[in-house]
Amino acid sequence: MSVIVRETFEKEPHMLRETYCNGLMALAETDPRIVALDADLMSSSGMKPFWKKYPDRFINCGIAEANMVGVAAGLSATGKIPFAHTFGTFASRRVCDQVFMSAAYAKLNVRIVGTDPGVTAAFNGGTHMPLEDMAVLRAIPEIILVEPTDSVQLEAILPQLISDYGTYYIRLQRKNAAAVYAPGSTFEIGRGDVLRSGKAVTLIASGILVSEALKAAELLAGQGVDARVINLFTWKPIDRKLIEVAARETGAIVTCENHNIVGGLGSAVAEVVGETWPVPIERIGTPDVFGEVGPEDYLRTRFHLNAVDIAAAATKAVARKR
Amino acid sequence: MGKVEDLRLFAEEIRVATLKEFAALGFGHVGGAMSVVETLAALYGGAMRIDPKKPDWAERDRLVVSKGHAGPAVYATLALKGYFPEAELFTLNKPGTNLPSHCDRTKTVGIDMTTGSLGQGMSTACGLALGQKLDGNGARTYLIIGDGECDEGQIWEGALFAPHYKLDNLIAFCDKNGQQLDGYVKNVLDTGDLAAKFAAFGWFTQTVDGHDPSAVDAAIQTAAAHTGGPSMIVLNTVKGHGCTFAEGKEFNHHIAFTKEEMTAALISAGAILSAARAAAKA
Repeated sequence: MSVIVRETFEKEPHMLRETYCNGLMALAETDPRIVALDADLMSSSGMKPFWKKYPDRFINCGIAEANMVGVAAGLSATGKIPFAHTFGTFASRRVCDQVFMSAAYAKLNVRIVGTDPGVTAAFNGGTHMPLEDMAVLRAIPEIILVEPTDSVQLEAILPQLISDYGTYYIRLQRKNAAAVYAPGSTFEIGRGDVLRSGKAVTLIASGILVSEALKAAELLAGQGVDARVINLFTWKPIDRKLIEVAARETGAIVTCENHNIVGGLGSAVAEVVGETWPVPIERIGTPDVFGEVGPEDYLRTRFHLNAVDIAAAATKAVARKR
Repeated sequence: MGKVEDLRLFAEEIRVATLKEFAALGFGHVGGAMSVVETLAALYGGAMRIDPKKPDWAERDRLVVSKGHAGPAVYATLALKGYFPEAELFTLNKPGTNLPSHCDRTKTVGIDMTTGSLGQGMSTACGLALGQKLDGNGARTYLIIGDGECDEGQIWEGALFAPHYKLDNLIAFCDKNGQQLDGYVKNVLDTGDLAAKFAAFGWFTQTVDGHDPSAVDAAIQTAAAHTGGPSMIVLNTVKGHGCTFAEGKEFNHHIAFTKEEMTAALISAGAILSAARAAAKA
């Protein structure tokens, strides 16, 4: 596991869903166990090329997400590796019981892919804005929750998603991600990445907020505050050791998530910090409110998800040190 | 000795073994276990392609008991077929048991799918059947749902899915015992003419006496010969059938009983079993 972080974080030239579909198709070429399912959203999830290339291994379940998760579980019981796709809202809160019983409790080998996390749902608005998907699913024992950050990371972890066994939820931004990693970076599901070293405070981020956390660290450096930045792309199982070390060595933590701060990354980190090395924590994320419609930039500002917000939270956390 | 008598004998053996499982506890999902006994006898008495010595055989037929509370009847069947020792039946629902109230594929040898949250078995059975078709191994998936369970929307999502994907290796049963937890189905939420409903969804549908194991067996053979889509066999049954303290009661989904009641039930079911044994030997 070694990462190379870019200097600037430009939008990638292609959508993350293209990286995803191309990567899955490449793996499916040599692994006939891989099958894909969708719930009448393949034009959104970007799975049309997979459907065209492997029509027998692509199952459009129609607008019936609960059935799709069950079909995926049944397929896995015959040795297939199913990837079931829909919006993150439907992939979590609508199918919570199916993910729980048919997949996780039954210890089957299922991948649920929920797209358009948090404010990236933008113009689909509050009804379609998954700000609770990870929280809903995090209470399911043994489930693995991952949120890949950019194309380099997604491409690198896809083979692990095939070789490992279990019930996975992959929280996938479908549009153009901000490029954080340079090619050649390697990752391990279950391990966080330290993107920047620092001793005054640790910014623990995921998804679209990773690049914002890195920008915030730069702002903080200008104020003489030396911030560590961690990408905690696996929310469960959580990297307890890395969090504990960050708490011990920096004495203050800011969590940054494109998600409700209740039950999500902030909660998960606070649980570990409280149990290991209690230090002040500030949480960036939606403050237990519903999402709303609008451009992504507007929503990022509306919910205080930008670098300046993270830097301000860090200043507050540092001030609370005893 | 003929097949008709053999299946009847196996059914009565399952019924008595299931009652004995419950006897040790004093309570249980008696009603819905009793109504599927003859179907389990037909399935495990010859219809299914299985090998109890190889419970993980990849090309075996699978059974999803979506009305997972009928688990005790399935466990009795599996034990009688030799999947695990019959003595284990007495551990039902006891601490650390491999035999929980609802079917659990990770705990019980021979259980193909975890069920209990109603409606979900419909979808997992569709997935199993689809996987078997992708493998082209000729294996089938059998599914048992209940008429009360048909309240669940997920049943109808799967009812649309299976004909669309031409799952002719999926043979389902609807245990139409007319009762659910809070009373008669027609009073709680009437599921109506289920044979007509599944036929309208595109299923090849038959209706048989669910307490005649040979009739069930014959319906399975007919369903197996059908190609191009899934089959639904509606079983006319009586909840609690063959258990004297449960049959005919409105609230027999989960029921507590006295030792005396269970003794009387075992004497009655035991007499029917003896007669079936004599008929099978004749």
